[in-house]
Amino acid sequence: MTNILTATDNILQITLMISFIGIALSLALLLYRVITGPTQPERAVALDAIGINLMGLAGLMSIYLVTTKLNDVILLIGILAFLSTLAIAKYLEKGVIIDRDVD
Amino acid sequence: MYKTNDLILRTTASLIAFILLGFAVYLLLAGHNSPGGGFVGGLMTSGAILLMNMAYGLEVVRKVLPINFVNLIPIGLAVAIGTSVGSFLFQQPFLSQTYGYFKFPILGEIELATAMLFDLGVYLTVVGVMMTIILSIANDTE
Repeated sequence: MTNILTATDNILQITLMISFIGIALSLALLLYRVITGPTQPERAVALDAIGINLMGLAGLMSIYLVTTKLNDVILLIGILAFLSTLAIAKYLEKGVIIDRDVD
Repeated sequence: MYKTNDLILRTTASLIAFILLGFAVYLLLAGHNSPGGGFVGGLMTSGAILLMNMAYGLEVVRKVLPINFVNLIPIGLAVAIGTSVGSFLFQQPFLSQTYGYFKFPILGEIELATAMLFDLGVYLTVVGVMMTIILSIANDTE
């Protein structure tokens, strides 16, 4: 019985490490796109994808630390990434983020 | 000059703002024994109002939500000070907190703490400060 438990624990740790490395590689490539993106919308999309990758990283970290206290943080990162992407998109499209009177 | 159409943004914004307000109330109430509290709840509420402002414009939101957010700051501070001064009524030092268990008809036994009322003051103050900053920056006339 303990053999199976240690085996599954090992599998979980190895999978977690592989996932951490994958998300770290993805973050590095996205950072490259943010720095050398030729146009502004590419930078905005890369920043949005960085936010989604951070959500995944927080979820993996909550598995690694065996805690459920990080679930609110994941939801919070998603909401803030959405709001910031929306603000950047409105600024690039119209020049104003909160327009005074809509038609 | 083409005219922009915000149909997708407005449809999703009305749904997401609803979820955001629910999450804010959850964060405010769950702050006693899990992450959250008045500050994060206030920030989430101002995020929901900011989303409605970005989707529908300043005038529409002012018509739908006729709140002068500057007035929320003294109201929140008064609630916080009122709960602190209320401990004098029971011959206790300033800012004393207590809790008790009460029975409700449907919900059953619930632990109610007076720290919740202080959190409500923090919540109102944070919403007032954030919305005052955002709306006064958005309202500037050149």
